[in-house]
Amino acid sequence: MRLIDLLTKVVFVFMTFTFALALAGEHFVPVTVYRTGPYAVTGAPAANGIVDYLKMINARDGGIGGIKIAYEECETAYKPDRFIECYERLKNKGEAGATLFHPFGTGLTYSVIDRVPDDKVPLITMGYGRTDATDGRVFPWVFPLMVNYWSLSTAKIKFIGSLEGGMDNLKGLKIANIYHDSAYGRETGPVLKKQSELYGFELAQFPVAHPGIDQKATWLNIRRYKPDYIILRGWGVMNSTALKEAARTRFPADKIIGVTWSCSEQDTMPAGKAATGYRCSRMTGAGSDYPVFKDIVKYVHDKGNGTGPIEEMTTNLYKIGVLTSILTVESIRTAMQKYGNKPMSGEEVRWGIENLNIDEARIAALGATGFISPLKVSCEDHEGQGKVKFARWNGTEFESASDWIETDQSIVRPMIEASAAAYAADNGISIGCN
Amino acid sequence: MIYREAGQFKTSYNSDQAILPIFQDRVAMVLMLLFAFVVIPIVANDYWLGSILVPFLVLSLAALGLNVLTGYAGQISLGTAGFMAVGAFAAFNLQIRIPEVPFLLAFVWGGLWAALVGIIFGLPSLRIKGFYLAVATLAAQFFIEWLFTHFDWFTNYSTSGVITAPPMKMLGIAFNNPLNKYLLVLSIVVLLAFAVRNLVRSEVGRAWMAVRDMDIAAAAIGINLMKTKLIAFGVSSFICGVAGALWAYVVLGTVEPQAFDISRSFEILFMVVIGGLGSVAGAFLGAAFIVLLPILLNNLGSLFTGGQVSTGTISHIEYMVFGTFIIFFLIVEPNGLARLWQIGKEKLRLWPFPY
Repeated sequence: MRLIDLLTKVVFVFMTFTFALALAGEHFVPVTVYRTGPYAVTGAPAANGIVDYLKMINARDGGIGGIKIAYEECETAYKPDRFIECYERLKNKGEAGATLFHPFGTGLTYSVIDRVPDDKVPLITMGYGRTDATDGRVFPWVFPLMVNYWSLSTAKIKFIGSLEGGMDNLKGLKIANIYHDSAYGRETGPVLKKQSELYGFELAQFPVAHPGIDQKATWLNIRRYKPDYIILRGWGVMNSTALKEAARTRFPADKIIGVTWSCSEQDTMPAGKAATGYRCSRMTGAGSDYPVFKDIVKYVHDKGNGTGPIEEMTTNLYKIGVLTSILTVESIRTAMQKYGNKPMSGEEVRWGIENLNIDEARIAALGATGFISPLKVSCEDHEGQGKVKFARWNGTEFESASDWIETDQSIVRPMIEASAAAYAADNGISIGCN
Repeated sequence: MIYREAGQFKTSYNSDQAILPIFQDRVAMVLMLLFAFVVIPIVANDYWLGSILVPFLVLSLAALGLNVLTGYAGQISLGTAGFMAVGAFAAFNLQIRIPEVPFLLAFVWGGLWAALVGIIFGLPSLRIKGFYLAVATLAAQFFIEWLFTHFDWFTNYSTSGVITAPPMKMLGIAFNNPLNKYLLVLSIVVLLAFAVRNLVRSEVGRAWMAVRDMDIAAAAIGINLMKTKLIAFGVSSFICGVAGALWAYVVLGTVEPQAFDISRSFEILFMVVIGGLGSVAGAFLGAAFIVLLPILLNNLGSLFTGGQVSTGTISHIEYMVFGTFIIFFLIVEPNGLARLWQIGKEKLRLWPFPY
């Protein structure tokens, strides 16, 4: 009986506290991350970057416009059902509710896309998520900022073209797409197919089952296929496994082109020598010698408040985390210019994201010149025309392998509009800006 | 004292064969249903209803389905999530292709397809038992996941292989808020739970238990093994299929086949093992343990540490505590939480004067 008493008490305490916590006078930023499971290797450094930047803004500027940022982490383990639980738990927290969500996973994004319009909370899916949500006339609450999957794919084919000395030389090439067999991996299927028709290269698809530790069979097929280039579209442990398997099957690493989510030190380091020469795309510049990182060291790590180890700050995923939070903060800042100095609600932040304009001057003010490319969001374009850079792993660190490359919207935009229109028709959404 | 059947005389066969023969049980059941249907909707908020209770109920249903097969009929299955996927995708496809079909009918359709697939993958059970059967059902799990991932027809040619459940509408009511959804799921779960409770008391159920306890003896007394085992697979998969459809329609809304991966199968098997094999209540207790405890630990963790400890650490502690609980309960009561509950009831009969 004592056990039952205790349990009742625990449940009671749990119920009262979960809903009584109100954060007065602060912007509330939910931080949904994954530090456990097969994707922790890539999830944890990104989470540290997200949190460190928010800490730095609070410590250096006292928040945004004098209003501090309150944030709370929630562990999703990269599972949609856990993410939905986190989302429901955090969406109404804080004085004005959650400002925005970064699901940090494509499957996770899909699981709440139908919920956000009712809850009036915007989603930023920076460089991932549902691609056709770029059409803000159909998806007013979802923002695949910077570079969506399809745009990224066009930049990648452009880059392969430049390696081959011109897009005409793509004709007849064999390109293999090795992808994580999930919503994330499958998302680029249509755009790759379209480009293979356009440029005349041969495309073969090789899915790798979650979580991607076992790829023996896949690489056997690749060896048989003998591709000229491989596009690596992995996440978590799948990336380093793929690089190791490539070395084992004697496939040269410099013919493998990874996507943004396969482009971190956490992917290449475990692969050892096998990864030397590997190239992959990024939304961020090489290295971490930018003023914004120095500020994070000064205001967060030097004060002993760093979320993760300081060495991690040079890794790409940490930088993606910082970029994620830069977008959060800039969106809230933009919203405050219209709605005034008070904690922002999700609805207000949605306006802020849609009117986001991060130009070179603003990037310089952020201390991020060269770190990110300019971004301008509008209702029609929820992506903002970010650019892509490629990096090359030289065995010890990533070095820059290209300039900023523009994406090819002439391919992507019609596909996005067609796909979004189909979604609108299925779900009875009227297309238009308000 | 509290829980005594003394003085309750059975004067007819009907009263003797009632689903709950003891008066106190009937009262408790009515109170529990009142609590679930009336009190919870009044006191619980949207977060509790939508994010905790609905997933709990749906997974309870899946555990109930597996309990029919593993707990009552003694056939081990690792394909539960696969059968759930069949239910979800069959319901989705019916509604996408014939939008006039009401969603409840689509759930039944999903259940029927799952039953059919379950029976097909149950065929090996006629020749093999135990671990070998577990491996055969494992094949079902992988095959089904592969099928839905690689044949775009099933996902209606969605680019990312993700399906979005159509909105649920019936008789002018849209099931779109957590309260509606909760009541819908609760009704379905209660209905199926009573159906199972009745089924296991019937000839079929007794045949299942006879097969579970010793199949040779069961065959010797004239039980048709093939029929019995395949009915168990069919009924079990039907319930799992309905649970899968609910998981897709009500809990997630948007599903990719990976939502029904092998770890989901194991999760449901653990629910059955921890809850108690061969018990309807066990399915609910097991689901409560596996679904609610991690969320409780997670909430408590972030509450008591005030955000000072990394979420990663909390999550890992959560796994450890959770694992410890599993070991603890399996040592203290290897027959599951349902058995613990039964012992509690027996103690209550004598309380406050134990021998």
